[in-house]
Amino acid sequence: MMTHSDVMDSNVPAAATPGATHAIHQLLSARRFRPVEALPWLLAAAVYFVLPQYFQLGAQVLIMVLFALSFDLLLGYGGIVTLGHAAYFGAGAYTAGLLARYGWGEPLSALLVSGLVAGMLGTLAGAVILRTKGLALLMLGMAVSLLLLELANTATDITGGADGLQGMDVRPLLGQFEFDMLGKTAYIYSLAVLFLAWVLLRHLVNSPFGRSLVGIRQNPARMQALGVSVWGRRLTAFAISSALAGIAGALSAQTSQFVSLSVFSLELSGMVIVMLEMGGVGRLYGAFVGATVYMVAQDTLSKDQPATWLFWIGLLLILLVLFNRGGLLGLCDTVRRRIAHKEVS
Amino acid sequence: MNTANILVGIAFSGAAYAMVLYMTSVGLSVTMGLLGVANLAHGAFAMAGGYLLVTLMDRLEVPFGLAVVLACVAVGAISLVLERWLYARVYKATELDQVVLSMGLIFVGTAVAHFVFGAQPVRVAIPDAIGGQLALAGGFSFPVYRLVLIATGLAVFAALWLTIEKTLVGARIRSAVDNRAMAEALGLNSKRLFAAVFALGSVLAALGGAMGADVMAIEPEYALKHLVYFLIVVAVGGLGSVKGPFLAALLLGVGDAACKILAPGFGGIFIYIALFLILLVKPNGLFGRA
Repeated sequence: MMTHSDVMDSNVPAAATPGATHAIHQLLSARRFRPVEALPWLLAAAVYFVLPQYFQLGAQVLIMVLFALSFDLLLGYGGIVTLGHAAYFGAGAYTAGLLARYGWGEPLSALLVSGLVAGMLGTLAGAVILRTKGLALLMLGMAVSLLLLELANTATDITGGADGLQGMDVRPLLGQFEFDMLGKTAYIYSLAVLFLAWVLLRHLVNSPFGRSLVGIRQNPARMQALGVSVWGRRLTAFAISSALAGIAGALSAQTSQFVSLSVFSLELSGMVIVMLEMGGVGRLYGAFVGATVYMVAQDTLSKDQPATWLFWIGLLLILLVLFNRGGLLGLCDTVRRRIAHKEVS
Repeated sequence: MNTANILVGIAFSGAAYAMVLYMTSVGLSVTMGLLGVANLAHGAFAMAGGYLLVTLMDRLEVPFGLAVVLACVAVGAISLVLERWLYARVYKATELDQVVLSMGLIFVGTAVAHFVFGAQPVRVAIPDAIGGQLALAGGFSFPVYRLVLIATGLAVFAALWLTIEKTLVGARIRSAVDNRAMAEALGLNSKRLFAAVFALGSVLAALGGAMGADVMAIEPEYALKHLVYFLIVVAVGGLGSVKGPFLAALLLGVGDAACKILAPGFGGIFIYIALFLILLVKPNGLFGRA
């Protein structure tokens, strides 16, 4: 079947399209756009108009979606299980925080620099830890984030140590929009960055690069034999993923004007795995569902009794592993298949 | 305080800490090595051992020694149920599923501990007979309980080593670690063996948690707080090994203590750098099987 995008591609000559529009068009048409994909963005827009009292929480949710999305590239597509993705989120957060504290308050350029720093760190760390597999990979990934945690804890003069990094001076976005107490600017800013990242990732996972990553996850030896540089692809995925995680961390620092040591914690690394597993791994949208459900449930349930929240989330995880591999989205698929099956018979 | 005093102090407190780490971690090494389950919830079994010890002593007035034994037996029994209901289903699943399942167990365990025992750490009353200080010539004095910990750790090491290396059960475990399919083909009842090994690992965790409550306080966050150290000991020592975690625990326990005392500013970093270097050179750990 010929898809909509195929038709579009053949009809639009490259030279006739202005460069930028063409690039965006290319990105969006990488795979046929399904109407359901607009749902998260419509919901995000609805929150903006209907629930202004939730801007703060909303921005945090969007940032965690971005973080989970970055990890999905590694976990869902690359099949790389590591317990240390917080390292890159934290590196981005501290970079943006330190830049804002020492005079570089312009948020957009600081965001890019933070992504770059986290990406470079990811490339370095990935070059070391991707040489191992299994438990050693899990451990080395963890060691990176805990090493950074200890460093940030030790360099109290620069990072504020256990008290956290304070006194940031983040300038208005685009020189116009102040970061307000209500979180309006934070919400729009996070939403825009998340959208760009999503467009990029959507294109990436449907590109030959993304498909080869899936191939490597399923059978590295065969991909090697086909002439694919297994090591190179995995490292590239690691670098991109850590850069995006760093951008998520930087967003978190800029919108909350505070960075604490917990950005490097084992809890945060675990949390991103939990979010993805809840939503559904390796399908991009799992990050949206998982992070939103997790953050909103945490906000509601942990208000008076944090232990209640932990109990239910723990129970949900156990049940998800036992009865439904594929998270909440996987559950939707199963239900939909059952219904379709009934209609046929 | 002179240099000798400091060095002996480091070696002593480091060794006591190392033995607590060892007792808990060796169980994890054996279960992970044989069953292939990345059981991050292992620390929750240790925590359960500590809480049971406190409950038995405080509410039922069971003496310390007996309470330790009962706590271990109880945790072993609980773990058998969990093995049948939960773990047996993820033996062949992906690493990710195992990580998520055990994360879920950590969360549930933490929440339950919080409901039942409150947020504050609980205190274990060490009996007077092993609670005092031992003064030696030359101005040294040691807490007797630390000596008991070191002795217990050594005894566990010896018992495990003899069991694994010299008995039939040990031979079965070793054969299943080396080649599970072949061992099963030769008539090994792997289902029963797996359950037994899982229970053994949990009993060891409970022993470490109960005996080590004085070194690592029993609190709801225990399972997550110390998880990193248990995993590091296993990763450095090697999966499925008895000797590996012993040396790794000693290395990390004493090294950690030394760095924290000699270089307080950078003390915490030592353990991660050591982990990094060792795993880079030997991805399977010091005594891991490839």
